[in-house]
Amino acid sequence: MTTYLITGARPYGEAAVDLLLADGRIAEVGAGLSSAAAEVVDAGGLVALPGLVDLHTHLREPGREDAETVETGSRAAALGGFTAVHAMANTDPVADTAGVVEQVWRLGTQAGLVDVVPVGAVTVGLRGERLAELGAMADSAARVRVFSDDGSCVSDPALMRRALEYVKAFDGVVAQHAEEPRLTAGAQMHEGDRSARLGLTGWPAAAEEAIIARDVLLAGHVGGRLHVCHVSTAGSVELLRWAKGRGVQVTAEVTPHHLLLTDECAETYDPVFKVNPPLRTTADVHALREGLADGTIDAVATDHAPHAVEDKESEWAQARPGMLGLQQALSVVVQTMLEPGLLDWRGVADRMSARPAAIGRLAGLGARSQGRPLAAGQPANLVLVDPAHRSVVDPAALASRSRNSPYAGRELPGRVVATFLRGEATVLDGKAVK
Amino acid sequence: MAGSPEPAPRGAPSFGAPSPPGGVLIPAADLARVVDRMAHQLIERVASSGSDLGLADLVLIGIPTRGAPLARRLAARVEAFSGTAVDAGTVDITLYRDDLRLRGVRALESTVLPTAGIDGRLVVLVDDVLYSGRSVRAALDALRDLGRPRAVQLAVLVDRGHRELPIRADYVGKNVPTSRSQQVRVHLTEVDGVDEVLVTEGEQL
Amino acid sequence: MKRHLLEAADLDRGDATLVLDTAAQIDTALAGREVKKLPTLRGRTVVNLFYEDSTRTRISFELAAKRLSADVINFSAKGSSVSKGESLKDTALTLEAMGSDAIVVRHSASGAPHRLARWVRGSVVNAGDGTHEHPTQALLDAYTIRRRLGRLEGVRVAIVGDVLHSRVARSNVGLLHTLGAEVTLVAPPTLLPVGVGSWPVSVSYDLDAVLPKSDVVMMLRVQAERMNASFFPSAREYSRRYGLDAPRMAVLADDAIVMHPGPMNRGMEIAAEVADSVRSTIVEQVGNGVSVRMAVLYLLLGGNPTA
Repeated sequence: MTTYLITGARPYGEAAVDLLLADGRIAEVGAGLSSAAAEVVDAGGLVALPGLVDLHTHLREPGREDAETVETGSRAAALGGFTAVHAMANTDPVADTAGVVEQVWRLGTQAGLVDVVPVGAVTVGLRGERLAELGAMADSAARVRVFSDDGSCVSDPALMRRALEYVKAFDGVVAQHAEEPRLTAGAQMHEGDRSARLGLTGWPAAAEEAIIARDVLLAGHVGGRLHVCHVSTAGSVELLRWAKGRGVQVTAEVTPHHLLLTDECAETYDPVFKVNPPLRTTADVHALREGLADGTIDAVATDHAPHAVEDKESEWAQARPGMLGLQQALSVVVQTMLEPGLLDWRGVADRMSARPAAIGRLAGLGARSQGRPLAAGQPANLVLVDPAHRSVVDPAALASRSRNSPYAGRELPGRVVATFLRGEATVLDGKAVK
Repeated sequence: MAGSPEPAPRGAPSFGAPSPPGGVLIPAADLARVVDRMAHQLIERVASSGSDLGLADLVLIGIPTRGAPLARRLAARVEAFSGTAVDAGTVDITLYRDDLRLRGVRALESTVLPTAGIDGRLVVLVDDVLYSGRSVRAALDALRDLGRPRAVQLAVLVDRGHRELPIRADYVGKNVPTSRSQQVRVHLTEVDGVDEVLVTEGEQL
Repeated sequence: MKRHLLEAADLDRGDATLVLDTAAQIDTALAGREVKKLPTLRGRTVVNLFYEDSTRTRISFELAAKRLSADVINFSAKGSSVSKGESLKDTALTLEAMGSDAIVVRHSASGAPHRLARWVRGSVVNAGDGTHEHPTQALLDAYTIRRRLGRLEGVRVAIVGDVLHSRVARSNVGLLHTLGAEVTLVAPPTLLPVGVGSWPVSVSYDLDAVLPKSDVVMMLRVQAERMNASFFPSAREYSRRYGLDAPRMAVLADDAIVMHPGPMNRGMEIAAEVADSVRSTIVEQVGNGVSVRMAVLYLLLGGNPTA
């Protein structure tokens, strides 16, 4: 196992120190460290953060290996500074049994670039009819703690109540895709001035907020743990604030694209901007940033959703929703939260590493823990970022097998220079090591 | 016109001649005289043609923009000199041009035919400047869709040479040998507020 | 003029007026002629790419292109490579490779013509896309109003019916506003889009209040199926509240006109005696459609070298 001596890095953007990584752990943190055996990484001017943890990634394997595989998605994740990603369950076959989640978990281990943490489906086949074998998935080698029908909403209130209750037995959490399906039939974009003009069927904010309101009441009632995926509206932030104030065990995530982009992007009818939930208004974007800043929203999660070219180079209505996110997530957070002063680097680390790891129950796994602070004795999961670097996003240069980046041609700040997973470099000099 | 049995009008352009210097080619005072002379030629030619077509069969059709008022002026003068009322009209050739791809679209102008139509009559197309001949060709195509005149002739205020088609004017106000780099601009009071013909140096638009 | 005509907003006031004036000149030029054909677009190829059945719009464009001597290819999605799964992009590139200079596209997906315009070098004319726009319909409506009333500036137009799902309404709102008309939308609230407040129009739920103050009443087609999705309780109730019948027509000003883009649901949004009255411009609209589409094709293609 390689020993690394990282010199001159600034943990959380603070005073420069050296870090010695050995045996999968951060062996020492301090000034003027030396080690004859170590490979030296000059991190002068770079910010060191704990390895990022994504609660929401679509790796598409099994089923749509033409769009992404566990390996290509893992590489994109490592290049984005992640050391763990939660792989969503809407694969083909659906990850609704111990067998499928273990397969995904094994593929992640083989790729060895990030910890691939499978998410289990809440209901069989994501059909929203009856519970999948949640306990079997929890007890499997994949050790599933996050359950989600993402892509579909668990819209049946009785079923949602049971799920929230049932996962208490193994400290699980139900990650809800909040979308009332009857209010979003045929929906294409945020319902408002623009949808009216563009003639695209509207996806009303109320369809998200109605489910969140219902679910926080249910979670409070049964004492279960609820996580709200990709919160997209100002009203959702208000509801979450209210629920947290009442002591409901609810957490929430926001995507990078909802922190940056608005429904104005739909004006071109380019489906690269089609996503579910849809891009909202400028007022929503600001409410989401504030919610993330004050902790009402716990985490940034990418909802990285690769799609094959033919699923995106089409009419808007025919295109599949979703966009790439892993490689630009940190850059977008730097632009939307750090640079305006809404979060400092410790805040960024909290929202992109510590809190998502806590929600996924990855922080207490000993040597395999994720989201731990940068300190001696902790697992050596970390990322080195050059905050001064700015570059224009070129989808062709991304590691994902797909090209549906909404940031194409956009200049973004920050560059991941190196990523370490339990002391092994997965990215060096901005390139994946394998 | 290509089949006109008439000899070329006097003073046909001699293309070897040097280009005139820029400036006023026909001042306001002379323009009326030039039109008068053309009117006289018209009357004379129709009378001496030996065909059964008389001045009453004559229709002067202007090619917009400036051919249109020119046709009306000629008609008025022919009537003044002969005592016979003469019909005038316009034919827009925009949709018949073969250079749309090169020159871009332009707004259409009106096509106005006398109520008696043009079938069986002697149509004289009237334009301000005869140059490549392409406008006249377009006008001939337009006329073909509008009716079947007995004969078609051409009257122009200025013939500046450089024909690209086998087209020749039957009545010419003034022959002006020009170089291709020059522009001939006809101004008429009805359109421009002043009567004059100018030659300027510079690229053709 | 822009290279494409995708929505009413592509036309500023000058462009829109140029289209209407050109259509009028073409009408005059062709009036009473035996040969209703002009050589203007000889050698140009216009493709009618229709993903939705619309015989009347296709025929109107076809006639317009043929009267300008363009070669016309009708490409219907049914029974073609499209029904075998060919994508819009592949179809577009194929048509362009065959030398099309303009594509007239009708599609059920809003924005499909915008996508097409990014993939081809020729001109794209939107002949109706989903619930978005149908700009040549708005042009022919404006042309019809101008011919009947002599002006557009200050003309009070009521657009009545299923605005939510109507591309005709969207294009008319945009174009009529550009041309200085005053538009009032009249519909049950369920058939108006959320966000209609940002449109340059007045909104009313009360047809009877609007009719006496209207110079033009434009009735939109309402599909009876909408009642299954609870946009309104029943066809009968809709017709009673928003249908234009003879008693309602009687309150219109003397020179007010009644329009309909067709096809009509007689007895639903418009009574037969209204549709057939002297106020009705419905047949006239169809004829004007050819002239306006000729003007559009001429202005887009006439001087627009694609080579």
